[in-house]
Amino acid sequence: MALAQAKLDAAEARLAGLDLPKGGWSAAARADALARLRAMGLPGKRDEYWRYTDPSTLTTASPAGAALFDAGDEAPLFDGIDRVKLVFVDGVFDAAQSDDPAAAGVEFLSLAKDIHWAKGLYGVLEARGQTPVERPLAALNTAAASEGVLIHVTGSAAKPVNLIYLHQNETSDAILHHVIKLDAGAEFTLLENGPAAARFNKVLEVEVGDGARFHHIRAQGRDHERRAVTHIFARLGAESLFKSFTLTANGVLTRNEAIIELTGDDAKAHVAGAAVGDGDFHHDDTVFVTHAALRCESRQVFKKVLKNGAVGVFQGKILVKQGAQKTDGYQISQSLLLDEASQFLAKPELEIYADDVKCSHGSTSGAIDETALYYLRSRGVPLRQAQSLLVLAFLAEAIAEIEDEAIAEDIRQRLENWLARHES
Amino acid sequence: MLEIKNLHVKLEEDDKVILKGVNLTVEAGKVHAIMGPNGSGKSTLSYVLSGRDGYEVTDGSASLDGAELLEMEPEERAAAGLFLAFQYPVEIPGVGNMTFLRTAVNAQRKSRGEEEMSAGEFLKVVREKAKSLKIDAEMMKRPVNVGFSGGEKKRNEILQMAMLEPKMCILDETDSGLDVDAMKLVAEGVNALRSEGRGFLVITHYQRLLDHIKPDVVHIMADGRIVKTGGPELALEVENNGYAGILSEVL
Ligand SMILES: Nc1ncnc2c1ncn2[C@@H]1O[C@H](COP(=O)(O)OP(=O)(O)OP(=O)(O)O)[C@@H](O)[C@H]1O
Ligand SMILES: [Mg+2]
Repeated sequence: MALAQAKLDAAEARLAGLDLPKGGWSAAARADALARLRAMGLPGKRDEYWRYTDPSTLTTASPAGAALFDAGDEAPLFDGIDRVKLVFVDGVFDAAQSDDPAAAGVEFLSLAKDIHWAKGLYGVLEARGQTPVERPLAALNTAAASEGVLIHVTGSAAKPVNLIYLHQNETSDAILHHVIKLDAGAEFTLLENGPAAARFNKVLEVEVGDGARFHHIRAQGRDHERRAVTHIFARLGAESLFKSFTLTANGVLTRNEAIIELTGDDAKAHVAGAAVGDGDFHHDDTVFVTHAALRCESRQVFKKVLKNGAVGVFQGKILVKQGAQKTDGYQISQSLLLDEASQFLAKPELEIYADDVKCSHGSTSGAIDETALYYLRSRGVPLRQAQSLLVLAFLAEAIAEIEDEAIAEDIRQRLENWLARHES
Repeated sequence: MLEIKNLHVKLEEDDKVILKGVNLTVEAGKVHAIMGPNGSGKSTLSYVLSGRDGYEVTDGSASLDGAELLEMEPEERAAAGLFLAFQYPVEIPGVGNMTFLRTAVNAQRKSRGEEEMSAGEFLKVVREKAKSLKIDAEMMKRPVNVGFSGGEKKRNEILQMAMLEPKMCILDETDSGLDVDAMKLVAEGVNALRSEGRGFLVITHYQRLLDHIKPDVVHIMADGRIVKTGGPELALEVENNGYAGILSEVL
C-alpha cells in the first residue's frame, strides 16, 4: 500500500514540475492519459516490469545533467541519404534548421497545430498498450507532450523523413510524441537520430494500414550521460510490414519499449536492436508482440556488446492470442561480453493460446571467440581490427533487418567508429 | 629461413609437456615434410610458430629470416611472412569470406608499408585464384568456412595462402579430407607457389600428397622431437612399414 502510494506521489511530483499543454485538438486524449497516469502512478524499482532497470532517474521531477558529446569531424548520420530533415533542439522543433516537410510527399503537421485526422489516433495505441502491462511513462508522455510530428502517408512517400534530435542544453528534459498513419498500401521510411536531451521521453505511435510498409531506423545519441525512455506502439493491418531497427551507443540509461500488435492476417513485424556500451551504460530493450490474426510473422533480434561493467537487459514477449493460427514467432537476444564485469539480463517469454503455431526463442551470453580471433590474426589482421570484425559479425543479424543497404552501411560505419573510440 | 632450435613447449594450463626439444631448419626454396604418429606434437609445433595462445615456451627459439618469431603477435608473424594452413580451419559466422580475405591482404600490405589493393584489382586476382582451386563465387560470398565441406575448407586455406603470398608456408594435414582430384588441385596450387625465396613445411600422414608435392627433406616427429631426418625415401618407408621400425631404431 505504501509502495502504491509512493508511485502515485511520484506521479504528482513529476506533474507538478511540468508545464502541461492546454486546450487544442488533443485536449481530450491528453486528459485521458493524465487520468491513466494518475491511476497507475510512476514506475518504481519494485515493479516486476522494472526488475532489471531502475526507473528512478526517469521519473524524478527534474533530470540530472548530461554533458554534450563531441563527435569531432565525424559526418552526421544518414548524410548521404536523400531525405527530409526535421530538426528538434532539446525537444523543440527548429524550423530554421529543418527542410520543407512537403518534399517528403506526406501530410505533415506539427503536434502544436490544428485539428485533423490524428485526433482519432493520438494516444489511442498508447492507451491500448497499457494492458496487460502498465506503461506509465508513456501515459505521462501523451499527457505532457507539446511537441512532435504527425505524419499521414497516403501513398508511397517520396523521401524518408529524418527526425534529428540535437542536444544543446546540458539539463534539458524533452518530451516528444509522434503519430504516423500509413493508409492502405502506403510506404514510408522514418529515420531518427540524436541524443535529444539530457533526459528524453518519446512515444511513437504507428498505425500501419492493410498492405502498407513502414521502415524505421534510429540511432540514439552518444552523449554518455543522457537518459532516455522510448515507446513504440504499432498496430498492423492485414499483409502489412513493420520494420524497426535501433542502434544505441552510449547513454547512461536507455529503456526502449516496443509494443506491437498484429491485428490483420498475414502481417509481418520485425524489431531489431544493436546496442554497444562501455562502462556506465545500462540498456534495456523491452518488447511485447501480440499476435491477434492468422499467419502473421514476428521477429525480435536484439544484440548487445558490453564492456567495462556495462549492463544489458532484454525483456521480450510473444503473446499469441486464441485463434492466431499459423503464427510464426521468432525471438533472439544475445550479448557479447567483452569482460567479466559486464552483464546481460534476459527474460524471454512466450504465451501461446493457439495450437497451430511456430514460435522459437533463444538467449545467449558469451565472450568473443578466441579461436576465431587467433585465426584472423594468423592471417595478418591486427588484434583491434579482428575484434571489430567479430563484433560486427555478432551484430550482423540485427543489422540485416535494415532493408536499405546504404542505411545499413551508415549504421555499420557508426559502429566501427564507436569501436575505434572504445578500443581499450 | 625458418630456424627452430631446441624448442620446448608445455601447455599453459597444466604441466603437460608437448614439445621436448625440436630442432629444425627449413631453407628458402625447399620443401620439408614432417610425418609422425598422432599426438606427437606436429600441430602444436605449427600453432606455437603461428602464435596461438595456450602454450608456454619453456626453452629454445624459433626465427624467420633472423627475426625472433616467438616474441611477436600472431599478426606480426603473418606480416613477417609466416602462414599456417590449419588442420582444422576455423568457421567465422557473420564475416564474409571475401571481406575476410581482403581485410587480411590489405592489413599485411599496410603493415609492410605497401599500398592497399583496390577493390577491382583484388576481385580480379581472387577470382582467378579461386577458379584454379575450383572455389566458386557463391562460396566466396558465404561466411568464412561456415557450411563448407571438409575439402572446401582445405581449398579455402590454400586460396588464402595464394592471396597472401607468404615466405614460409606451413601446411598442417592439408591433404586430409581431400578427394583425389582436390588433392591434385591443392598440390598444383602449392607447386605454383614454389619459388627460390619461399620455404614449405608440409605436415602429413600420407605419401600420396608427397607424390604431388615433392619434398626435399622428410622428418619424423615422435613424442615432441624430430627423431629422424632423411630424404623422400623416408616417407615411402613410413608408408610401407609404419612407424614401428623407425621408432624402435631411434629409441
Ligand atoms: N590444448 C591442449 N590441451 C590438452 N592437450 C593438448 C592440447 N594441445 C595439444 N595437446 C596434446 O598434445 C599432444 C600433441 O598434439 P598435436 O595436436 O600437436 O598432435 P599431432 O602430432 O598434430 O597429432 P595428429 O597427427 O593427430 O594431428 C596430444 O597428446 C594432444 O592431446
Ligand atoms: Mg595435428
